Amino acid sequence: MYKVKVFVTLRESVLDPQGTAVVHSLHSLNYQAVSDVRIGKYMELTVEKSDRDVEEVVKEVCEKILANTVIEDYRYEIEEVVAQ
Amino acid sequence: MKFAVIVFPGSNCDIDMYHAIKDELGEEVEYVWHDATSLEGFDAILLPGGFSYGDYLRTGAIARFSNVMKEVVKAAEAGKPILGVCNGFQILLEAGLLPGAMRRNTSLKFICKNVELRVENNETMFSGSYKQGETIQIPVAHGEGNYYCDEETLARLKENKQIVFTYTNNPNGSLEDIAGIMNEKGNVLGMMPHPERAVDQLLGGADGVKLFQSIVKQWRDSHVVKA
Repeated sequence: MYKVKVFVTLRESVLDPQGTAVVHSLHSLNYQAVSDVRIGKYMELTVEKSDRDVEEVVKEVCEKILANTVIEDYRYEIEEVVAQ
Repeated sequence: MKFAVIVFPGSNCDIDMYHAIKDELGEEVEYVWHDATSLEGFDAILLPGGFSYGDYLRTGAIARFSNVMKEVVKAAEAGKPILGVCNGFQILLEAGLLPGAMRRNTSLKFICKNVELRVENNETMFSGSYKQGETIQIPVAHGEGNYYCDEETLARLKENKQIVFTYTNNPNGSLEDIAGIMNEKGNVLGMMPHPERAVDQLLGGADGVKLFQSIVKQWRDSHVVKA
């Protein structure tokens, strides 16, 4: 079994209205050092072992549904866990 | 002419759409549940607004995998008119029937008001009853109507005259003021404003009627004459 962490964020070229709003409020709280915020999604998947390569499966679900690659980028971390 | 109004869990403009077709146009219309496996017998497909599947993950992202969407894709390939309004537009984008994607409105607010649209292309099956360049009043009601596509796609949209409606006063940050686009073939239209909410003066305006009349006229011209 695998624990998979998937991170989805808006592409660099796509303006993030939520992130921009958060930067503004951070600045109003005097955190001038924070110059940019990008808001994204974090997902945890549990994937059972199968005859398919786990990375191949994760990539496929990211492309198909978890991310909209027109405006979003994704990355993932895969960790194998042994059932207790 | 027979219309299908697709109903997803969370659709909430389905009844308005049904009313527009049945009571204002006097055409045949039926609700079709999202798990239907056939759209046979329907001449046009309407994807209504709402919050299908609670907008989980992304607007339209889950709805596009419902059974009926396979049939919508087939109907699109067969050249039938497909109209997606608001969430229906978002579903068409997620399904890849139209190019691009939706972002949150730049104001981050849900915007619900009448807006003015300009008819950018009246040589389509959805806009033939409008005049080229005509401005019309249609309500919007959305939190994610900020249309985006890459430069290459935008150039193609312009070249093929696929931009059908634009906002005269952009409410949501949408690229190039885009309010509604169609596919290359010209039989799939997605738009954020709600024509079905503007079909009677009692509702505050009737500028949306011509959109539905355009679909019917185009269909009659190409089917009834032949019969």
